[in-house]
Order: sequence, then structure tokens, then C-alpha cells
Amino acid sequence: MKEISDLNLPEDVCYTEDHEWARPEDDSVRIGISDYAQDQLGDIVFVELPEIGDTYEAGEEFGTVESVKAVSELYMPVGGEILAVNLDLEESPGLVNESPYNDGWMIEVKPGDPAELDDLMTSDAYLEALKGEE
Amino acid sequence: MKESLGTTGLILNEPLLWGKGKKGRRAFSLPRRDVETFLLNEDLTGEGPDFPDLSEVDVVRHYTRLSTWNFGVDTGMYPLGSCTMKYNPKTNERQASLPGLAGAHPLLPGSLSQGTLRMMFELERYLSEITGMDAVSLQPAAGAHGEFTGMLLIYAYHKSKGERRSKIIVPDTAHGTNPASATLCGYQSIPVKSNEEGILSPEAVAKVMDEDTAGIMVTNPNTLGLFEENIKEIAEIVHSKGGQVYCDGANMNAVMGIVHMGEIGIDVLHLNLHKTFSTPHGGGGPGCGPVCVRKHLEPFLPVPRVIEENGIYSLSEDIPESIGRLHAFYGNFGVMIKAYSYILSMGANLKKASQLAVLNANYIKEKLKDVFHLPYDRPCMHECVFSDKIQEANKVTTLDMVKRLMDYGFHPPTIYFPLVVHGAIMIEPTETESKEDIDLFIEALKAIALEAKENPDLLHDAPSRCKVKRLDETTAARKPCLAG
Repeated sequence: MKEISDLNLPEDVCYTEDHEWARPEDDSVRIGISDYAQDQLGDIVFVELPEIGDTYEAGEEFGTVESVKAVSELYMPVGGEILAVNLDLEESPGLVNESPYNDGWMIEVKPGDPAELDDLMTSDAYLEALKGEE
Repeated sequence: MKESLGTTGLILNEPLLWGKGKKGRRAFSLPRRDVETFLLNEDLTGEGPDFPDLSEVDVVRHYTRLSTWNFGVDTGMYPLGSCTMKYNPKTNERQASLPGLAGAHPLLPGSLSQGTLRMMFELERYLSEITGMDAVSLQPAAGAHGEFTGMLLIYAYHKSKGERRSKIIVPDTAHGTNPASATLCGYQSIPVKSNEEGILSPEAVAKVMDEDTAGIMVTNPNTLGLFEENIKEIAEIVHSKGGQVYCDGANMNAVMGIVHMGEIGIDVLHLNLHKTFSTPHGGGGPGCGPVCVRKHLEPFLPVPRVIEENGIYSLSEDIPESIGRLHAFYGNFGVMIKAYSYILSMGANLKKASQLAVLNANYIKEKLKDVFHLPYDRPCMHECVFSDKIQEANKVTTLDMVKRLMDYGFHPPTIYFPLVVHGAIMIEPTETESKEDIDLFIEALKAIALEAKENPDLLHDAPSRCKVKRLDETTAARKPCLAG
């Protein structure tokens, strides 16, 4: 497993305590799990994602991710309507391990209240939180 | 250390059945046809399934060879936490195969089934006595089925009071199937975290318990192998809001005849006869997951129930408030005979079996706690939970270490469960291992901890002596090949 100092924590996304990330784009927010999360889970073998058009509130469970070790729930960093899901993960769930912030993205959401993004952590704050978990 | 149990052994390769045999070969001879040929309707004919053409000896050798690749409790120590892989005395099998029992047909009338009915009736009484509960149904076919039955009973109880509650509390140290059983019954699971001592605190339960909550599902001893010491107080909190307390009894092997479940506030409890009461399991069944209840839940137990009147036993369907039938006939009778045989042969020693199971787990915990990280350093019940925190520094994981254990001739323990411990290694030795075998197991794990420091690659590649080496679990999960 990676040392905390080896983690890739880009600055263009915000982070949650449950290790999801959210990246604001024009009218939408893209969501996935952090490098720390994929590293802790190990090889991911299945990702269960919601239907397009479903709506969830911030903090609500929107899917699950299954690795060789365990099944974990995925929680919404911000509330909103699902605009798109990454269908590539159906065939290639390993993309989440290989490229957690790009090819391994999970869902795209039309946020109900974009201000919710302000409640999330910056990469620096997230890094500090991870150090606290050690 | 004594000579290791693990060797490469005389193990033969064996292809899939489709790689054996020859076109036209068969294992039986059809008698000469003595009736007229009659052509079938074409709709009913066509290509048959792709079965290999094999002789009897091809088939027998195939499965015999495969069986030598297997590892069971009859081969060696199988310390799979949460599973109670104890040795199953062969006398249980003898009783279960007595022709009068093995051949008993479930459609025989009661007058010709007095022995089998009496045995079920008595087994229910024994289980009541061992657990301290009032009434039992032997019908559920396994643990999760027992959990589901327990949820249906709680649902029926609330319904009889004109209530419809929507939630159930499930702590993070409960068995993983608990939330599924609750959901199947229409309840929403409300998770509760255990405290820093690894058990539930009454305050945490009080915070979430309300009048819309049907009850709580606790596993006691819990999945950390710890006894829920606050259970009485927790039960009082749940009862005071009209809720019911369900106990997952999968870990009953620690407390047979020791804990009076009724007295500590449990309303419904399930048992796994195939774990605690010594019938073979792990092969996918059959199991038996009886539910034990206190008096106020008895009217809801599944039908048919075995009743006794003036020394005559019969099956009664006349239970108006019953949740109904859960299994064809009356459950898995063969498992019941084995448990009945086990209970009668053990007698008062059942309690001692639990005491030894707890002693063995604590012995392992104390002997290994300097070598492996022990997240909850306090007396455990029948199993103990370590983690790979110390070995992480050498990039060695729980998976690597337990794979290496196979090279030493032991079945790996349960890993990565319970989820509250990161990198968990969950060891349940049971009462049936001798001190010599437990010492050998401890020595093997100590040797592995040393290898983790000095030669981590040995562990990354483990097992190296077994017939099948490290399996690619990721590809197996991502691209499963289920063909023959």
C-alpha cells in the first residue's frame, strides 16, 4: 500500500471524509473516489452505479464498489441529478485503480445546490485528514 | 519448531472432465431394446447437452484426485474465524445414517414417525435448555434463514400489537448477513458504531432507538470475538421503546450452557447447528439454523410445530398467528440428527467445550500479540482478531501471510473481516484442537512474521508448496470463466 506522501491528490478536485472526490465542470460536477480509497480497497472488481435521472442528496449512498477485499458504499459529495455514469467501468472496473481522477470517474451530477461544494475539503485539508487517520 | 505439516505431497494433476474420455465411451450398459422403435416429435429432439463420454473409472479417479487437493477439518486445523470449523465426531454420522432415520419418508403418517418426531421435540427442548430460551423451531435451513425468520417473528409481534415499525439497529460488529436479512423483511438498517473497546455502548443505542424502530440485531459474542458486556442495559433501552432484541447466535460456541440468553434480555436467537452443534459444513449445505424465542414470541413460530400430547407426538398446523411455513416438510432433518447425537454424547461437557474454545483462543491471542498487532487487547471469547499493521512496514499484507500459512499445512483464518479492523486476521481455533497442534500453528505464524521481515517476497509469492500457487483473484472476479 502507498505511503501517504506517495498519494496523488490533485488540487482541481474537492474531497469528502468518505474519500470521494468532486470536480466542478461547466454546469455539472464529476465524481469518483480518491487515490487513497482505491489504494486501500485494492483491486476493484465491480462498480455499481445509479441510473441516469435519479436524484440523491449530499451524503446519500449512490452506489457500491467491490474489491477483492470488501464491498464499500459510495456517498454523494453533493446532492443532485445523475446526468451521466461511466459505462466503461462495467467492463473495466480496474480503471478506478489505474486512473481514479480521470478514466476511472464514476458519475456526473447536476448539482441541486452548487454551494455544497464549499463544504468539501481541499487537497491540503484532505491530506491532513488522512494523516489523522494513520 | 517441530517438522512442518506442509509438504508438496503426492498430488496428481487432473484435467477437466471434457479433457478426458473418448467419443462413445460410457459407464453403463443399456439393456437390449425389446419394444418397437417410435419416433419422437421433432420439437422434442435436438442436440443433447455437451457431456463428456467417460467410463466409471474415469469419473471415480477424477473426483478422487480432486478430493486430494482439498483441505477439510479431517485434514488439519481450520481456524476460520466466525465459522466454528470444529472436528465433527464420526458417531454423529453413524446415527444419521441408521436406516430407520436415513430412510424415514417425510410423508409417512405421524403414527409411523413417532421416533423422528420425538427426536425433533427433544432437540427443541435441549436447545431451549442450552440457550435459556422458552421455545424453538428447527425449521430454518441455515444461519441467514434463521436471521430472516427472526425478523419475520419480530415483524409479526409488532403487527399483533397493531404497530408497523420501519427500522432496525445493526451494529458494525454484527454479522454481515444481518442487514440483508432485515432488508429482506422490509426494515431499514440503522448502523451503530462499536466503542473503543470493540463493544456496543448503551449510549450509542439509546441515541438511535425510537418508537419507529422494531428492535436491534446484535451478534453476541460479536465479530471481534468480544462479549457484549452491556447487553442487559442495551436490551432494557430497546424494550423500553417497545423494541425486540434479536441475537445472532452464530458465535454460540463460546457460550453454550454459560449465558442464559433469555435472562440477558434476548427475545429471539438463532443457532447454527452446523457450526456449534458439530455437523459438517462449509460445502454449501445442508445446514440448520433453528430460532429460539421467549414465551411472548412463541405464537408466531413457523408451522408445522412438533407437539406432544399424552406421549404421542404429532405435527400441528393449527397455530393461528404463525408466520407460516419456511421450508419443505420440517427443515433439514439429517442435520438435526447429528446435532441431537452430538448433544447427547457431550452432555454436561458441552459447557466445557465452550470453555476450552475460549481458552484456546485466548492462548493464541496471548502467544501472538507481540508478533501481530492486536487492535483490542482484552480477554476474547472463542476467536481473536489481529491485523497486519506491524507487517505493513515491510509491504506484507494479511493476504500474503495467510497464503503462506498454507505452506505450513494450515487452512488460512478468516481475513479482512470484521470490517471494523483494517487488514483483519480472525482466528477461531475451536475446542477440538490439541495444545500440540495449536502450538504448531502459533510457531508457524511466528515463523511467517519473521519471514515478513527477512524475506517478504517469499510471502508475496505464497503459497509455494501447494498444488495450486497464488491465484489471480482479481482476474477471477473481473473475467470469471465458469465453463467446464
